[in-house]
Amino acid sequence: MKKKQLKWSNVYLIAVFIILYAPIFYLIFYSFNAGGTMTRFEGFTWDNYLAVFEDTRLITIVLNTLLIALLSSLVASTIGTFGALAIYYTKKRQTRTTLLSLNNILMVSPDVIIGASFLILFTFIGFSLGFASVLLSHIAFSIPIVVLMVLPKLKEMNDTMIMAARDLGANNWQVLSKVILPSITPGILAGFFMAFTYSLDDFAVTFFVTGNGFTTLAVEIYSRARQGVSLEINALSALMFLFSLLLVVGYYFIQQYNLSKKQKTKKRLLAEAVKIR
Amino acid sequence: MTKQSKLFYFIPYSLWLIFFVAAPLLLIFYQSFFTVEGLFTLANYQTYFQSGTYLKMTLNSVWYAFLITILTLFISYPTAYLLNKTKHKQLWLLLIILPTWINLLLKAYAFIGIFSINGSVNDFLMFIGIGRQQILFTDISFLLVATYIEIPFMILPIFNALEELNPSYEQASRDLGANNIETFRRVTFPLTLNGVKSGVQAVFIPSLSLFMLTRLIGGNRVITLGTAIEQHFLVTQDWGMGSTIGVVLIVAMLIIMLLTGEKKKKERRHK
Repeated sequence: MKKKQLKWSNVYLIAVFIILYAPIFYLIFYSFNAGGTMTRFEGFTWDNYLAVFEDTRLITIVLNTLLIALLSSLVASTIGTFGALAIYYTKKRQTRTTLLSLNNILMVSPDVIIGASFLILFTFIGFSLGFASVLLSHIAFSIPIVVLMVLPKLKEMNDTMIMAARDLGANNWQVLSKVILPSITPGILAGFFMAFTYSLDDFAVTFFVTGNGFTTLAVEIYSRARQGVSLEINALSALMFLFSLLLVVGYYFIQQYNLSKKQKTKKRLLAEAVKIR
Repeated sequence: MTKQSKLFYFIPYSLWLIFFVAAPLLLIFYQSFFTVEGLFTLANYQTYFQSGTYLKMTLNSVWYAFLITILTLFISYPTAYLLNKTKHKQLWLLLIILPTWINLLLKAYAFIGIFSINGSVNDFLMFIGIGRQQILFTDISFLLVATYIEIPFMILPIFNALEELNPSYEQASRDLGANNIETFRRVTFPLTLNGVKSGVQAVFIPSLSLFMLTRLIGGNRVITLGTAIEQHFLVTQDWGMGSTIGVVLIVAMLIIMLLTGEKKKKERRHK
């Protein structure tokens, strides 16, 4: 009885996994199609991939998207870390909760709202739409996630370390760079990664604030997909899938590294404790 | 910590709070009182509440978001439950999350092929004798694709809630003579309700605003609040009316957040 139940549960799980991955592999499969459609496979070819690399417009867009993602996540991690420090140092409980709820507004609002309101903002202050407006928007919606990633690390940090550093004569900068930053680096890195993927993924906000001249990959895919199927997009999606896999693996290793470092310190502490005895 | 350095941390962050959190929200309220010609008026709200089309559209959008949420919940709860019982559950969870790292638009694009008249689903329908059907550009296709996209965001919070649940509660319930169904109904489900709530929150709100799906998959048959906002802002350029619908969407969002309990931080979201 029990065994049979277990088997059914596996069937269900496998079915869900197949459903989740089928569309992605469907896309990748047809990226090798020599025919022009996503419905009949007519033979194997690399042509679609060659077309991607020959399409200079597409390559420029990919590079732009990566540049936006990289810049926005760098700036967002900096400002977000400052924000987390600011919230952490706010002593009044009331102010702190208010700051946190304000921080979370952009996390819960639908992107259409974020996009539309940013569009109004940029128009209102007379900021021209293009690379800069997209970059600013991406920075803006990535900051709260960085704050949320860094804050727990600050709370985990041992307060006495800061006091000890001060007692030993460290100035503000030294406390920040030698004590605080090293202990919250995992949070900052996690925030950076999240911000990076947020930026790569975003379509709706960019769509609103991009204006005429500048496009990111998601917007380009949208406008091409509206015109119908083009296998170049399939090839591109296969490449992007590989890239996301790399990102996931990278993220996973950072987590593992942090974990093992923690375990090592734990072991060392244990060893020291034993020695003292 | 000295006052100066505290201020130093505060300045960039508060600039962000002022310019990108407070100002845009205020501006969207402000804009909702203006007509295309730039006159200050309440006409937008009047049109919204008096012409049946806008109200019908809103109800329709809420109804579809509700259906998407229910469908997602029915698929995700068992998945999260079973996932929690597997070995190497963290690895499986990572595999569930991985598809969310693929751009939303690419996933929608895949379905254009899958659901098309000569696509795989129609081949299957042909094979089992139903014959080819128009699937793409129908309400059903919009529902299915939206559900597909939202599933991981529902699984994640439910999985976390299940993982936090102390297994001894379930054991105690069994020891006291409850069978599997009763244990689930009286112990497991109520104790993981918070996970379900944050899952509903993470699915319902974006479902109200998925405008690219209604265009690419729904063939403009389903108009969500998001589609209406995009239409007003970028096509007809009637920002006032667009902002009014935006305000409605914000109110809807607040209602959902009140209904689903305390504000919880949203998990990774394609938005």
